[in-house]
Amino acid sequence: MSPSSRVLTALSALALISAYYLPIWQILLWAPQYPEGIGMQIWIDHLTGDIASINKMNFYIGMGAISEEMFPEFLILKYVVAVIIAIGLIAAITGKRTLLGAYAVILILFGIAALVDMYLWGYDYGHNLDPTAAIKIPDMSYQPPLIGYEQLLNFLAYSGPDTAGWIMGGSAFVAVMTWLYELGLFKKLRRKL
Amino acid sequence: MTKSVIFISSAVLMMIALFSCRPPAPGAAATGDAASRVYVPPGEHDEFYNIVSGGFNGQASVVGLPSGRTFKIIPVFSVHPENGYGFSEETKPLLNTTHGFIPWDDLHHIAISTTNGVHDARWAFANANNTPRVARIDLTTFKTVEILEIPNSAGNHSSPFITENTEYVVAGTRFSVPFGEAADVDVPISTYKENFRGAITFISVDPDDGEMDIAFQIDAPPFNYDLARGGKKVSRDWFFISCYNTEMAHTLLEVNASQRDKDYIMAINWRRAEEHARNGKGTVIPAQYAHNKKDKNTHSATSTIKEGVLMLDPTELKDIVYFIPCPKSPHGCDVSPDGEYIVGSGKLAALIPVFSFSKMIEAIENEDFEGDINGLPILNYESVLYGEVQRPGLGPLHTEFDGKGNAYTSMFVSSEVVMWDLKTLEVIDRAPTYYSVGHLMVPGGCTADPHGKYLVAYNKITKDRYLPTGPELCHSAQLFDISNGRLELLLDFPTIGEPHYAEAFPADLIKDRQVRFFRIEDNNHPYVTRGPGEARVERESDNVVRVYMTSIRSHFRPDNIEGIFVGDTVYWHVTNLEQEWDLPHGFAIKGANNAEILIMPGETLTLKWIADRVGIFPFYCTDFCSALHQEMQGYVRVSPRGSNVPLTYSTGK
Repeated sequence: MSPSSRVLTALSALALISAYYLPIWQILLWAPQYPEGIGMQIWIDHLTGDIASINKMNFYIGMGAISEEMFPEFLILKYVVAVIIAIGLIAAITGKRTLLGAYAVILILFGIAALVDMYLWGYDYGHNLDPTAAIKIPDMSYQPPLIGYEQLLNFLAYSGPDTAGWIMGGSAFVAVMTWLYELGLFKKLRRKL
Repeated sequence: MTKSVIFISSAVLMMIALFSCRPPAPGAAATGDAASRVYVPPGEHDEFYNIVSGGFNGQASVVGLPSGRTFKIIPVFSVHPENGYGFSEETKPLLNTTHGFIPWDDLHHIAISTTNGVHDARWAFANANNTPRVARIDLTTFKTVEILEIPNSAGNHSSPFITENTEYVVAGTRFSVPFGEAADVDVPISTYKENFRGAITFISVDPDDGEMDIAFQIDAPPFNYDLARGGKKVSRDWFFISCYNTEMAHTLLEVNASQRDKDYIMAINWRRAEEHARNGKGTVIPAQYAHNKKDKNTHSATSTIKEGVLMLDPTELKDIVYFIPCPKSPHGCDVSPDGEYIVGSGKLAALIPVFSFSKMIEAIENEDFEGDINGLPILNYESVLYGEVQRPGLGPLHTEFDGKGNAYTSMFVSSEVVMWDLKTLEVIDRAPTYYSVGHLMVPGGCTADPHGKYLVAYNKITKDRYLPTGPELCHSAQLFDISNGRLELLLDFPTIGEPHYAEAFPADLIKDRQVRFFRIEDNNHPYVTRGPGEARVERESDNVVRVYMTSIRSHFRPDNIEGIFVGDTVYWHVTNLEQEWDLPHGFAIKGANNAEILIMPGETLTLKWIADRVGIFPFYCTDFCSALHQEMQGYVRVSPRGSNVPLTYSTGK
């Protein structure tokens, strides 16, 4: 690995530390009664935001109460990210291209796994409704969007990365690009052009 | 026949001629584009908060300017069944006095706190005129948080006016009365001149939390003290109070107190008075007064009866009180933004005298006196006078300033607002008011930094200005634009109660400081229920039951209660567990002979209820809190005393 690739790999890995200090994901909701919006932030091992308010609104339609116990991922996530950071740093220190490849692939897989996990949680949360709910709308489910906006009854819901999420995405991009560079992909491309 | 036809027709012609000679009435037309200048589009906010006294309703209202929309009533000296103020156990102590609980008073004036003479808008102060008191309203919650009774005072009219940094709130008595021990006060009314005294009270204000207490009183002559202003900048150490009835009449004042050509403006060097008080130069005289405070974490008020006040005698402490002669029963007494000019408004005078602070100081230094009252010097009118506004109108009452060198005086008798130049004393413009303006107000117009954009006239007579509502009408206010060097009428708007004084300040000063809800973690109410798991009912004694109840969308916990007996006093301690802005819950129960309580998120309030008969009594939430609001209800069962129904409570069983 070239010295600059090693530096980029190290920076990519170190940037992942932000996941311990900043929220990773956010879900935001607006409604006529909530012009200022209410929201929930997902961190590496806890939740913040207007969870009580969200739960109170969702109670009417029979959705379960959001709590940290709903996310067993919180128990392991910080260790998983630590391992990924370690792999990235070892790749940078040793300069081994295969390790860099492993780091980039794991990071991408981690991202995909997280999205799948989010989707499955959202599906269960939006479909598993209390039959005694006060408001029942036939065929209506309330699965939040995976990424982007969606109108759910009186609420406009948004789901997307928060600060640390964006940083992690950036880390993955840098890791993949560095790896492709080390594989000589860019040189091949240039020759072709 | 012909003669009589000629006679009748000429008489009719004369009548027509006479009526057509009647000059046209003043036009009521607003400026052409007035509507757009007061229009605040839906969802947008007014530029100014206007805190308006409610007069005989004992409340203050909050009005937005320039729209003139009222969006809040603040109960201060009067009970307010709408939210339980004065009915809930937590707020009752605020209305306690040495006369016991008083559910009403007459709130005349508002003072917004200042730093360096400029609004900081931390607190609004308000006076109770009838049973003398001063209240403090917290402008982050818009709730009355403190009420202090003023002893030795009667008719707390010259109040509450503040010093430049809100060091003191001043309360001058309208009625002079005898004070001291019982033997001193049980005197013939005819001994007015010998036995009656006029107390001027200086209330200290804690710079951090605003807490008030009586620092000292000044034992002034038995005049009627009407209105006041603190000096600012050059005159910051002085206070100016208008006095009438310097004739010292005690009967038929409308005649007997209107005899002298000149009454006085009393100038008090409060800095000097403060020093004397600090150096123990006064006498503590017997007096009792209630001091009521609301704690922000227990959401509960307490009332303490305090004893004794420090009285300063200005006839002994010779450097604190001076009198400036002022024509004809002065009402308003207003100080210009730079602190140099003191404008007296002699309500029976045909001119407005403007006094100069620097000339006053010079006259005091030169002992340029024209007489004395019990040894208190009367300054020479001519020596202190800066000049007189000639022919301003009739019945001048109050003056405010725009910070651009202009003054505006309300004219009660000629029913107009008059704009004049503070330097040249020339009248610049005048505009009719509908009808008979009392106070007027420019946002920041009594401070060192007025916002000379609008002027509001608070009128005393309404008559035909709105759709008629029988004999009892609202009081009307009028908004003028003063930003173009003249008075342009923009808007009439109805007000609540009878506004006397009002103040306005830029909304930006406080709108981001508003409390949205009370944190449940900080709730230290002795009967708080911090979560649904703590909800319970406890029998405290044979006839006292306490319900620790929670309210959250959309149920009370507990909502089924049995084992209450006829004659029980039940205290409903309701904690609103919501932690979100604008989610109050109400609580009302059948047969309650007080009111409802309206509980803000995170707050605990208590309604006292007596089980007066056997039966099932429903209770419910009175504030449309949610889609299931109408389901938010419960029952309490009252059984005959001596029956064996056990005390039980439940929710959702």
